[in-house]
Amino acid sequence: MTMELWLEQEEEADRETFEMTFMIPIENGHGVKNAEADSQRTLYPYVTGTSVVAIKYKDGILMASDMGGSYGSTLRYKNIERMKAIGKHSLLGASGEISDFQEILRYLDELMLNDNMWDDGNSLGPKEVHNYLTRVMYNRRNKFNPLWNTLVLGGVKNGEKYLGMVSMIGVSFEDNHVATGFGNHLARPILRDEWREDLSFEEGVKLLEKCMRVLLYRDRSAINKLQIAKMTEEGVTVSEPYSLKTFWDFKAFTNPTVGAEGSW
Amino acid sequence: MSQSYVDLPPKGGFSFDLCKRNDMLTQKGLKAPSFLKTGTTIVGLIFKDGVILGADTRATEGPIVADKNCEKIHYMAPNIYCCGAGTAADTEAVTDMVSSQLRLHRYQTGRDSRVITALTLLKKHLFGYQGHVSAALVLGGVDITGPHLHTIYPHGSTDTLPFATMGSGSLAAMSVFEAKYKEGLTRDEGIKLVAEAICSGIFNDLGSGSNVDICVITKGHKEYLRNYMEPNPRTYVSSKGYSFTKKTEVLLTKITPLSERVEIVEVAGEAMEE
Repeated sequence: MTMELWLEQEEEADRETFEMTFMIPIENGHGVKNAEADSQRTLYPYVTGTSVVAIKYKDGILMASDMGGSYGSTLRYKNIERMKAIGKHSLLGASGEISDFQEILRYLDELMLNDNMWDDGNSLGPKEVHNYLTRVMYNRRNKFNPLWNTLVLGGVKNGEKYLGMVSMIGVSFEDNHVATGFGNHLARPILRDEWREDLSFEEGVKLLEKCMRVLLYRDRSAINKLQIAKMTEEGVTVSEPYSLKTFWDFKAFTNPTVGAEGSW
Repeated sequence: MSQSYVDLPPKGGFSFDLCKRNDMLTQKGLKAPSFLKTGTTIVGLIFKDGVILGADTRATEGPIVADKNCEKIHYMAPNIYCCGAGTAADTEAVTDMVSSQLRLHRYQTGRDSRVITALTLLKKHLFGYQGHVSAALVLGGVDITGPHLHTIYPHGSTDTLPFATMGSGSLAAMSVFEAKYKEGLTRDEGIKLVAEAICSGIFNDLGSGSNVDICVITKGHKEYLRNYMEPNPRTYVSSKGYSFTKKTEVLLTKITPLSERVEIVEVAGEAMEE
């Protein structure tokens, strides 16, 4: 009798250790509920994407991002598409942790699917998607388990253009031009100076390329392989990847110590 | 009887004598005075005939603007000027010191100072203090070998560049330069680009603000344009101006000597104690 009891207790102990080491998160779309799940929280990002820059233009939204995924200081992945179409009316771009971005895409998929099933001819527009993302990001931040992304949400519905941003702590706002990460410091000043309400498609692309070029020069995690996405009433088109021309032939770069032999 | 040490002359290099005293004071609870930082945008670029330096004019002490129109472009030699970012005292002191060293050197050699001389003197000093002298400088000038532009970091490293920016607003200003700089700019194009870069820093960086100072240095000639642009004027100024209409009025010219009204009684034994 005592032997059986002892075995039962052993089993109990085993099950407990199993549960503690392989804590299976209760997936309700909003993260882990167990109190002992500290090691399951997001502490640092691992594979990250750098800035995304987006502007409103005459016919809709233009968004640009490069295709790099850095693993710390290594450029690990060079073919990551960081901009995706959401439904018929929205375009989502993300910087930060790539796995969290893929998770967000899954949530949005579910959202869109559920919405389609109502079969009422209505579809979620960019404002609604932006609001949903803000709630998700803010909720996760309150649980100290953030989705480590800064998201750019742009779209056109019924002729109305919309461009907004949500950060990993839930800060969300709308503007005529947005940028994430380094883009805030390097691209935003250019956009504040040169953005106009009535930019044509070519002018908009030129403006975005100007910003992306500065980022390429001055952001260490940027790569020279970018995509530009266009969102209009007709739908989303993401361009093929291409690279920008850069200029390195300044005289002072070719011979910096002229007149100052021995210095650097 | 205190022990008597023979006072050895300092062996050269770093002198950290006061560090022990500072440590003791902080342990006793003394808060070190916060640095007056020039949260700043400073830029320089090389154009066809020389160098143009630019700077904003805001000096901050934490979140407060301590000086809304300070001068960040310092004189080094008649043909060399230096913009300074970082701790205001450090930039002032270091540029003053090297400026006087350059003058003595000019007297000795009988020649105009060269930019690399200033560069080496500054670099040696800053490296010796291992970054504790928090001065980030943009040094530019035109000497016998041509126009030169250098940046100097607080730890003592330097760069030679065709265009440079430093300070908290450096990214905003650098984005303008990277997008618009070309070689062989004329004087007016260069001034316009520098002003644009400083304005970008002023309007997009919280540590920079107020006005734009510009200094143009060419062979044998320099122009210091203090407050070249004032993009932040006071919005609401009283149209009447300040006029003090009431002058000091004379009410009475009668003199009443007070000693007649007060009786001074000497009480014996109550004279003031020494």
